[in-house]
Amino acid sequence: MSDFAWDSHGTASAVAEGSPYGIASRKLTMWLFIISDAVTFGALLFGYGYLRAASSDWPAPFKFNSSILNVMIMTVVLITSSLTMLGAVDSAKAGDKAKTRRFLWSTILLGVIFAALHIREWIAMLDEGVRLFQNPWGSPLFGATFFSITGLHLLHVISGVIAIAVISRGFSRGTLTAGHVESTGLYWHFVDVVWMFVVPLIYLLNISR
Amino acid sequence: MPAKGKSGNTIARYIPVYLVLLAISGLEVFVAYQHFSAVMLLTILLSLAVCGAALAVMYFMHLLQERRSLFLTLIPAVIFVLLMMNMLWSDSFRLLHMKPFAH
Repeated sequence: MSDFAWDSHGTASAVAEGSPYGIASRKLTMWLFIISDAVTFGALLFGYGYLRAASSDWPAPFKFNSSILNVMIMTVVLITSSLTMLGAVDSAKAGDKAKTRRFLWSTILLGVIFAALHIREWIAMLDEGVRLFQNPWGSPLFGATFFSITGLHLLHVISGVIAIAVISRGFSRGTLTAGHVESTGLYWHFVDVVWMFVVPLIYLLNISR
Repeated sequence: MPAKGKSGNTIARYIPVYLVLLAISGLEVFVAYQHFSAVMLLTILLSLAVCGAALAVMYFMHLLQERRSLFLTLIPAVIFVLLMMNMLWSDSFRLLHMKPFAH
């Protein structure tokens, strides 16, 4: 099919073509980023699975009272932050700037709490002697997989918090639109989705009995 | 659609999905403390994680409300790539059974 229309003088003019998916290019770009990031996390988790299955002495260090309880609180905080992000997107689409700002800052607060709990978990692991290539329990690669996977997720959370703060400021000032809030929301929910796989595979498969 | 500049109770309609996601997370912890074999535990935990992720993608990320072409472009591609990664398991098990070279 031709991308040009021809007028009576034989001059071609481009025909505006709509999005094949019926969404803004900004949103489509975010979706493409998300699927590439999903594959990145997938590769990391498969790499972890490869090492775990190939080791006969893979450690199971996560105790309920410290790590698992902490992870459960982190999960509740992150899922709740997805809820506040949904509130921000809906409020932004309705043009309610004050409410959007409140929801976005609630999301930021929950994201900061999540990051703080994550760092507390890391400090506890470091105190127990876990390093990138050594730990007191077994396979030395445990620390490498634990810190790389949870670290990449933490990096996503911190990046998301910064992005949401920037979007909140821009939306309040009128320089950014509801579309920007929605795209950032997609990213934030994706961080939540990744956590849903990190918890069972990294923590719950390695609980101390 | 609420009037411009005013929005109603925006998050109420997402509460059921939110509660199901919390329930799935709780169920995962409960299952992890039951005495299943490693393979069975992995299967159950992954199934629950996929259910939770599907709910989040469909309802929180609104993929269910987008055109089907977007879903068909994105999701099968991701699943295909993740399935292709499964080819590494044979080498992983080979390492385990070829000790002492595994060290």
